[in-house]
Amino acid sequence: MLKIQDLKVEIEGKEIIKGLNLEINKGEVHAIMGPNGAGKSTLSAVIAGREEYEVTGGTIEFDGKDIMDLAPEERAHAGVFLSFQYPVEIPGVSVTNFIKTALNESRKARGLDPMPAKDLLKLMRAKQQLLEMDKQFMSRSINEGFSGGEKKRNEIFQMAMLDPKLAILDETDSGLDIDALRIVANGVNKLKNQDNAVMVITHYQRLLDHIIPDFVHVLYDGKIVKSGDKTLALELEKRGYDWIKQEIEA
Amino acid sequence: MKLQDKLIHSFEKFAQNKQESETEHLSKLRAKAMATFTAQGFPTTKDEEWKYTSLNKNNKRDYALESDFSLDLTPEDVEGFLCTGLDSYKLIFVDGVFNPSLSSTALQDTFSVTSLKEAFQGNTEVFNQHYGSLADAKLSMVALNTAFAEEGAFVHVKAGAVVDKLVQILYINSDSTKAVMSQVRNLFVVEDRAEVQILERHQSLSDDYVFTNVVTESSVGNEANFKHFKIQNDLDTTTLVDGTFVKQGAKSSALVDTYSFSGELTRNNLHFEFAGEHAEAHMDAITLLKGATLVDHHTFVDHAVPNCQSNQLYKGIYDEKSKGVFNGKVMVRKDAQKTNAFQQNNNLLLTDFASIDTKPQLEIFADDVACSHGCTIGQLDDEALFYMQSRGIPMKEAKAFLMFAFAGGTLKNITIPQLKEQLINLVAYELKVDLELNEATH
Repeated sequence: MLKIQDLKVEIEGKEIIKGLNLEINKGEVHAIMGPNGAGKSTLSAVIAGREEYEVTGGTIEFDGKDIMDLAPEERAHAGVFLSFQYPVEIPGVSVTNFIKTALNESRKARGLDPMPAKDLLKLMRAKQQLLEMDKQFMSRSINEGFSGGEKKRNEIFQMAMLDPKLAILDETDSGLDIDALRIVANGVNKLKNQDNAVMVITHYQRLLDHIIPDFVHVLYDGKIVKSGDKTLALELEKRGYDWIKQEIEA
Repeated sequence: MKLQDKLIHSFEKFAQNKQESETEHLSKLRAKAMATFTAQGFPTTKDEEWKYTSLNKNNKRDYALESDFSLDLTPEDVEGFLCTGLDSYKLIFVDGVFNPSLSSTALQDTFSVTSLKEAFQGNTEVFNQHYGSLADAKLSMVALNTAFAEEGAFVHVKAGAVVDKLVQILYINSDSTKAVMSQVRNLFVVEDRAEVQILERHQSLSDDYVFTNVVTESSVGNEANFKHFKIQNDLDTTTLVDGTFVKQGAKSSALVDTYSFSGELTRNNLHFEFAGEHAEAHMDAITLLKGATLVDHHTFVDHAVPNCQSNQLYKGIYDEKSKGVFNGKVMVRKDAQKTNAFQQNNNLLLTDFASIDTKPQLEIFADDVACSHGCTIGQLDDEALFYMQSRGIPMKEAKAFLMFAFAGGTLKNITIPQLKEQLINLVAYELKVDLELNEATH
């Protein structure tokens, strides 16, 4: 589904990603771990199409197609979803209006008519329940004055509404208490199926107790330096990253 | 010949004609006003109040001072410029002439909505009492208007009366044979405890230049409730200089909202004066421009008595090479204790070529007051744009969401749903999006 080959990325002349390879197939859950500044958030932003980053080499293919020249919204229409580490507050735009526009723009891109209001309402209600969200939530301005937990739940709510092929969760666990973490993880697990895939970016093992990865990759200094199964995450939790740095330098 | 000189030269003949039908009082008013204009001429950029806005181009253009050609317009022709879907009184002027067949006037015991021409000639007590009493006669554009004005809207609401429908005033220029300058005049007298809402618009249908100099005097009585909405969305060949003067009695509420979307040059001089205590004034504005348009807002709020409050919320979004000016002056006189004056001017510049000059000017001579002002100039938030795009919302729509949200709060005092909807549609049209935009609640 996602195939990244020898990816190199710069921002303001500084190389952040230095030849990264990653392949994610449908039905899989991949975890990307690594110390601060390794390039984790850069990787997620580049896949989603953020323009500030300059791709200087390599390729990103999604569903067999090169997506490097696509605008962020076109990537979203193709089925890429990025859950932000810091969701942006947009005063004056309600959650309902926002998600309705997002959903119908995706439908338009696929040649479908806008979803009838009644169906949309029904779908929203179902996804709200999945994420144990309050009804009033829908009429509030998006992310404005939301708590950390509400922001992340709102991200997964949008993911549920848009039903992406690939969901990238960028530090979705940061700023969450135990209950919110459970709700968010539960939401992701319910949405997971054999035809979609999830890429989880995290510092900590605790999210991976809830969203079980098939593969764990260590991103260090702009490259994936080690890959393994879920036991690698447990080992990182126990031993930190220093032993990996030593392994590389050795 | 410069326009200024042409105006001065034409006055004598104009005044002679008028003398026959008008009172001596009015003739004197005209002559005095002409003397003021002759001495001052058009304001220039050397004048501090006109520093950013030049009428030089207008002065050099060959505007005719009256029109002798008019399109024969049907109600369908003008419908697009009106607020529709509701019953309203309509005063429609075509090329400076009141058009009764397009209009819908009111002549009731408790209120009247008519053309000012009849009042000029009818010489009523209420006209004599208020006409020329509120507008600042020292201002040259006001003087010019007073010298030549002979037509416009006259709304008179007697004490305790409520005008049951929106009053719509539409000035149309249809003369395509030449450039035309016109002087139109509104007089709104809202007596104690009376209520009325008015929507005003100027629209050119001509290919040639149009220069309108309009003066509005609004007398708002004690405990009266007055709302005056202006939609400025004319062609980019039009110049509009608007002088609006509101005087409020005790415990009254008055509002002047200005929604500007286009026009080559628009200058709004908006003056509020509190004459009675516990009154409140509201001024909201959206200025949403592109191309090489210019909108200049000059507001002046005179807190002459204690215990009044004024609220100014001006939001501007400037694209391409458009230009905005906001100069908000608040005067709190010595005895005006417990004044509450609020002023906010927020601006978004969408390109490197767009500009805004913004200047709050507070002169406070009382010591127990709450006055605040703020102005901001910013750009669209890239992070927010990327956030929306990453959810599948295209750039254009994402920008529109942010801009509409930015303009939030400026429609809050509109209680007529059809008018609110019309304005939201105008904004959506300007932003070129087919989005369901909801008014921001913040």
